[in-house]
Amino acid sequence: MNQSRAEQPTEILLPVNPFFVAGTLAAAFVLNLLPASGQALLWRPDFVALLLTYWLIHYPRRLGFLLPWLLGLAMDVAEGALFGQYALGYTALALMATLAHRRVLMFDIVPQTIHVLVMLQVVKLIMLLVRMAEGAEFPGWLYFLGPVVAALLWPLLTVTLILPQKPKPDADRV
Amino acid sequence: MEDQTPPFFERGPSPLARFTFFALLSIVLLFADARLRYLEHIREAVSVALYPLERAARAPGAALIRLATFFTAQSTLMEENEALRLKTLELSSKAARMDALAAETRQLRKLLSASTRSDLTLQLGEIVYAKRDPFTRKVVVDRGSQHGVRAGQAVIDESGLVGQVTRVLPLASEVTLITDKNQAVPVQNLRTGARSVIFGVGRDDVLELRFMPVNADIKVGDTFVTSGIDGLYPAGFPVATVANVDRSATNAFARIECSPSAGVNRGSLVLLVLENRALPEKPPEQEPVTKSVKSKKKGS
Repeated sequence: MNQSRAEQPTEILLPVNPFFVAGTLAAAFVLNLLPASGQALLWRPDFVALLLTYWLIHYPRRLGFLLPWLLGLAMDVAEGALFGQYALGYTALALMATLAHRRVLMFDIVPQTIHVLVMLQVVKLIMLLVRMAEGAEFPGWLYFLGPVVAALLWPLLTVTLILPQKPKPDADRV
Repeated sequence: MEDQTPPFFERGPSPLARFTFFALLSIVLLFADARLRYLEHIREAVSVALYPLERAARAPGAALIRLATFFTAQSTLMEENEALRLKTLELSSKAARMDALAAETRQLRKLLSASTRSDLTLQLGEIVYAKRDPFTRKVVVDRGSQHGVRAGQAVIDESGLVGQVTRVLPLASEVTLITDKNQAVPVQNLRTGARSVIFGVGRDDVLELRFMPVNADIKVGDTFVTSGIDGLYPAGFPVATVANVDRSATNAFARIECSPSAGVNRGSLVLLVLENRALPEKPPEQEPVTKSVKSKKKGS
């Protein structure tokens, strides 16, 4: 699995099922709604941001900017955050992922993970700046631990989310 | 350069243009929400739509807890029962004495023709989850406008003030804890009777008494209760005890740290307090005041 995708041209993937994309994003949203408090609040990964990054990097033109923005608004309500905080963060994520998607996919899994980590940290930073502009207190450096946990999940994602697109084993070929 | 692409390669606006559009939209929303508070109705509607999802996310944890309670040992239950029975005895004897005292107070107040203390309506609520926003200290209670909850109600537990209802949704309401950075409670020192305002600082288990002079009569261990002069919090609920007083002369004010009396971030059952008190009408707004000043000036 350490091989980069550019080096395995033999396999042509099936087109992605839009319902599968929607389903994974919905599942990520429910995961984000899981109750948490105290320290868990800080290192809890943002699953929606992670899944958005995955689909944006692989299909930037299918997702566009409207869907991340709307998901951000839903997160704003669910988290009790300011209206537009997550929306702004996810819009920035969409921009970064769209601009960098060709570049990211050329790399092996480890540099890919680092790219994703940087993107998720920028999203967190934007949300932090928004909240501090509004007058909130800095919640401590642990705040930036969530994206690290999320980035550690990235290799797992790249292996599992591609599975439904693998072509069925051909019976004629031996 | 892109002008010369044939129409079948047309890709719509560039990512940067789209980003700018949606970012501006988000910033407009941020302002509308933070400064003008226009969006409460939209928030309510979306929160109702999200309610089933939130329930679904909580379901596994809730089921685990139910399973755990099912397997609680008989002996634990019996012990707990015994302890509760003792507690009931103790409290009911206290309550009987309280009734007598309350009657006496009412009579004395009547003699003094002071207004009688109002009744409190209590409603039991359960904290369903803490808000997942690391910047604020809020919890969600499973009682909403459908159950008659109103914004501004005080929320207490068995040992003191926990917070205040700040947003009422149809099936749940959001309670801002007193440790939240933007939360202030008018309080009164039980020992001296001095009134002041206590603030949350955004950390667990710390409250701060601000703008108290360095020589203020405050000792470690002093208890503060709600003063009730704001018309929101009923009087007499314990809020905090003084934990640390720093009277260094370098500051203009003494730094007084207190620890909340209630289990603000523990416990799961709270009481929503509604005070049935007829407040005197609010004094009229700014204009009449300036008029009276002017007329005074004219008179003098």
